[in-house]
Amino acid sequence: MEHIKADVVIVGAGGAGLRAAIAIAETHPELEVALISKVYPMRSHTCAAEGGAAGVKRADDSLEMHFNDTVSGGDWLCDQDVVEYFVEQAPRELVQLEHWGCPWSRDDDGSVAVRPFGGMKKERTWYAADKSGFHILHTLFQTSLQFPSIKRYDEFFALDLLHEDGRARGVVALEMRSGRFFHFSANSVIMATGGAGKIFPFTTNGAIKTGDGMAMAYRAGVPLKDMEFVQYHPTGLPGTGILLTEGCRGEGGVLVNKDGYRYLQDYDMGPETPLGAPVFKSMELGPRDRLSQAFWHEQKKGNTVETAWGDCVLMDMRHLGEQKILERLPLVHELALSYVGVDMVKDPVPVRPVVHYMMGGIASNIDGGTPMPGLYAIGETACGSLNGANRLGSNSLTELLVFGKRAAAAAAVFAVQQDGPDNDSAMTLQAEAVVARIRGLLQQNEGVESIAGIRREMASSLEAGAGIYRDEEGTEATCKKLAELQQRSSGIEVNDKSNVFNTDLQGLLELQNMLDVAECVAEASNARKESRGAHQRMDYTERDDETYLKHSLAYRQVGDRPRIDWLDVTITRSQPGVRDYSGDKK
Amino acid sequence: MNIRQIELEVMRYDPEKDEAPWFQQYSVPCQEDWAILDALNYVKDELDTTLAYRWSCHMMVCGSCGMMINGEPSLTCKTFVRDLPDKVRVEPLENFPIERDLVVVLDDVMQKLHQVQPYIVRKDAPPQEDKEFTQSRGALMKFKQLTMCINCMCCYAACPQYGLDKNFIGPAALALAHRYNLDSRDQGKSDRLDILADHDGVWECSFVGACSEVCPKHVDPAAAIQQMKIDGAMEFWKQKLGMPGDKS
Amino acid sequence: MSRRPYIRPMSQTTWYMRNGRYKVYMLREMTSFLVGFYTFLTIYALATLASNSPQVWNSFLSSQQSTGMIALHGFALLYFLFYQTFPWFKLAPKAMPVQVGEKTLPGIYIVIGHYIVWAVLSAFIFWLAGVI
Ligand SMILES: Cc1cc2nc3c(=O)[nH]c(=O)nc-3n(C[C@H](O)[C@H](O)[C@H](O)COP(=O)(O)OP(=O)(O)OC[C@H]3O[C@@H](n4cnc5c(N)ncnc54)[C@H](O)[C@@H]3O)c2cc1C
Ligand code: SF4
Ligand code: SF4
Ligand code: FES
Repeated sequence: MEHIKADVVIVGAGGAGLRAAIAIAETHPELEVALISKVYPMRSHTCAAEGGAAGVKRADDSLEMHFNDTVSGGDWLCDQDVVEYFVEQAPRELVQLEHWGCPWSRDDDGSVAVRPFGGMKKERTWYAADKSGFHILHTLFQTSLQFPSIKRYDEFFALDLLHEDGRARGVVALEMRSGRFFHFSANSVIMATGGAGKIFPFTTNGAIKTGDGMAMAYRAGVPLKDMEFVQYHPTGLPGTGILLTEGCRGEGGVLVNKDGYRYLQDYDMGPETPLGAPVFKSMELGPRDRLSQAFWHEQKKGNTVETAWGDCVLMDMRHLGEQKILERLPLVHELALSYVGVDMVKDPVPVRPVVHYMMGGIASNIDGGTPMPGLYAIGETACGSLNGANRLGSNSLTELLVFGKRAAAAAAVFAVQQDGPDNDSAMTLQAEAVVARIRGLLQQNEGVESIAGIRREMASSLEAGAGIYRDEEGTEATCKKLAELQQRSSGIEVNDKSNVFNTDLQGLLELQNMLDVAECVAEASNARKESRGAHQRMDYTERDDETYLKHSLAYRQVGDRPRIDWLDVTITRSQPGVRDYSGDKK
Repeated sequence: MNIRQIELEVMRYDPEKDEAPWFQQYSVPCQEDWAILDALNYVKDELDTTLAYRWSCHMMVCGSCGMMINGEPSLTCKTFVRDLPDKVRVEPLENFPIERDLVVVLDDVMQKLHQVQPYIVRKDAPPQEDKEFTQSRGALMKFKQLTMCINCMCCYAACPQYGLDKNFIGPAALALAHRYNLDSRDQGKSDRLDILADHDGVWECSFVGACSEVCPKHVDPAAAIQQMKIDGAMEFWKQKLGMPGDKS
Repeated sequence: MSRRPYIRPMSQTTWYMRNGRYKVYMLREMTSFLVGFYTFLTIYALATLASNSPQVWNSFLSSQQSTGMIALHGFALLYFLFYQTFPWFKLAPKAMPVQVGEKTLPGIYIVIGHYIVWAVLSAFIFWLAGVI
């Protein structure tokens, strides 16, 4: 096994990981950063983000308003100190990206343009046409190339966290192209491995979003926070789950049911707004959880449109006109044309809710710090409690930047302070145990189960029991099913025995990670007996601040279902109130 | 939904077993709206878990899934079964060493992307922390199309010049250099022209235009390279005639 | 451990047969033979002029008027037009885009501009040659 010593190890080179790496390289050029990623950085799923990144920009907007939108959007489950810091730093980070060359779309006067977004009271979403995440990721990647202290390990699959006396000491990773194992040791480890949408059958997330970082931390004893909060995006393409950005509705697209009726007005988001003149925080610009839930009800009422890919509603953009569609939403236009054969200039597009974002993740605080000293978590894999029970669209890209930078600072300081020699031999033993586990998987013969089979069962069970609406019976059944799948997954044989680019083995490792994450989602959904934000219980339809104004924490118990514990929410200035999405008119 | 049987002919190569690449046939029942990537995923899930290939986004933006489809460098998530005959041949991208099956070694092009200094270089004092640069829409337009590159490397697979001479920096990296040269916020053009003016830079390109034809994102690297040639020539004559060079 | 990247051979002599695109490219490169031929012809014409003998010069001129030679010149003209002039003019807007404000000038203007310059230059040469 190769042994690599660094000062800070960052696992994940998406928006969060790259921002953190640059921050360390700028402020502590003497620290060596090992940046590990299972794909080349520009393949990270940040590239798929379309809509944009939020930060107060206009004179008629204020930090206060951004704070309030975020906290009420998150149904008061946000840690408010985190939100305060976030809204304050957001504009600066977005300007920083501008200085690094991000091709933001511009206003007539040459300043960066902002667009409206769901749940936001003002235009404050910075965008680069409808490829915002793509441009952010490439800007960060290209900028990172100028720093010699960032050493990249592309296509290295991180397997497990190394820790000693409750302190993080490094990771073990597999070099995909050679099959060689690497032991990375460092005083600080930053997890930036992105979300886990692939645990669901139908998602906007790419193949790589399998929750690896969450599972690694979880196996090392770190709790996963607020895992029951899974965001459905109301407008995914049926079949593939490809996202049609919220920008579509921000620009004026409307949702209609099979009768051509704008059904959102029936779900407390009315009154109906005029075509082509969207009103902030109402109708189509309501928050994602509400819109996805409205779909569920329409489907139950039989108001949805039947398509070859199942029930859908229609998103109508025709009134925007060809020029606006092609200029502001070129990618979306191409995607709809390619994957469902609809030209949105001429016809409405079938859409349906699709799993999009994990609000939950590795329990972390405002510094990205976790309960395990030396371990930091940022980006979608973390739950720093900015997003609470429901993330507002365009807050997460900014989150990558703001907390990527802040966690980097904390991790760098920690790395410098801890100068004691690490216990190499103990860590080597631990690393070797990980390697032995993987080798064991490869040696398993005569499999009775398949990766694809278990993955499908996991996903459909999760959708059934922990989908848009949940109840006791469903979550309980899913928990049991997942425990069973955990067992059965040991009966999988890796058919591919090669050392070189073994994607069969990778598939199994990812499946194991997904099962861990899925169990936490189901268990936490089961435990939270109230409805809040993205977590809607049919048997407990009200929000219950008495008991559940708390974060859930899922702990691993070897050989048993996860244990759920609770943690207080930090409230500074906004007491829980009513989420109002009837617009300014009411 | 209609199902169509497609014969996939996939290049396989496992360096631990095979002396040289060979073709394996898979018969795949494809739904009519499938892309070739969906067919490969079907193979992986149902027929043969040992097949190795790269993919992630399935929405033409991550750049992982470039392969040769019936001889053309293409994104497999953007190439649809409906546009193809019943027999489809899938090979790893040309002009790159094959690591395994459909996975190629990208070290060389990653190195080249790095080499052209693809980041904003400022010679003036750094800008104020909280103040953005202004950039007119026209100025953005100048380089916008060049920012669309997803590094899928299809252009390298199509470029005969790169095939013949691996020292050639090649289309995507040159387009990337030009993207920063054209950015009104950048002041590093002269540095980049120095790197590129020597023999492995733009002058190697014979303007076949194959790169632009296959580019799934319409980046048009061939045009960028021609523009750089004009830039390079202007700079050369300016220096010869003792005129002040391009400061930026 | 066991990496062994496989490099597919690229034939130095027949690579351009790989696809239609490369074949067209080679056909275009083949114009260099014609360029060579005309270079030789020009040098030869200069040599005949330098011989200071009207006879030699006239026989050179008449040799150029044989059917075979006219056919060759005609062929060369068409070959150049189709494999050099037209494609190059078509690509000109890409190599030299003209941007006015937020819009690039439609390529057709640049193409037309090229054809106009070409026509003017040709007319000038015809005028020099006394044809018009
Ligand atoms: C389609 C789509 C559209 C979106 N649009 C928006 C939007 O408009 N606005 C907004 O604010 N947010 C949006 N989001 C959400 C946002 O894009 C993501 O939350 C964010 O990009 C996540 O970034 P990240 O850096 O945390 O992770 P990613 O970008 O997903 O990166 C994860 C990194 O971790 C690495 N990694 C993972 N596992 C391992 C392992 N085992 N070993 C080694 N490396 C590993 C990967 O290689 C990758 O480099 C969107 C999300 C999607 C899916
Ligand atoms: S220029 Fe086009 S073909 Fe080449 S890497 Fe970029 S996107 Fe791919
Ligand atoms: S135009 Fe230049 S870079 Fe593009 S394919 Fe041709 S030789 Fe290669
Ligand atoms: S899978 Fe991402 S570009 Fe094809």
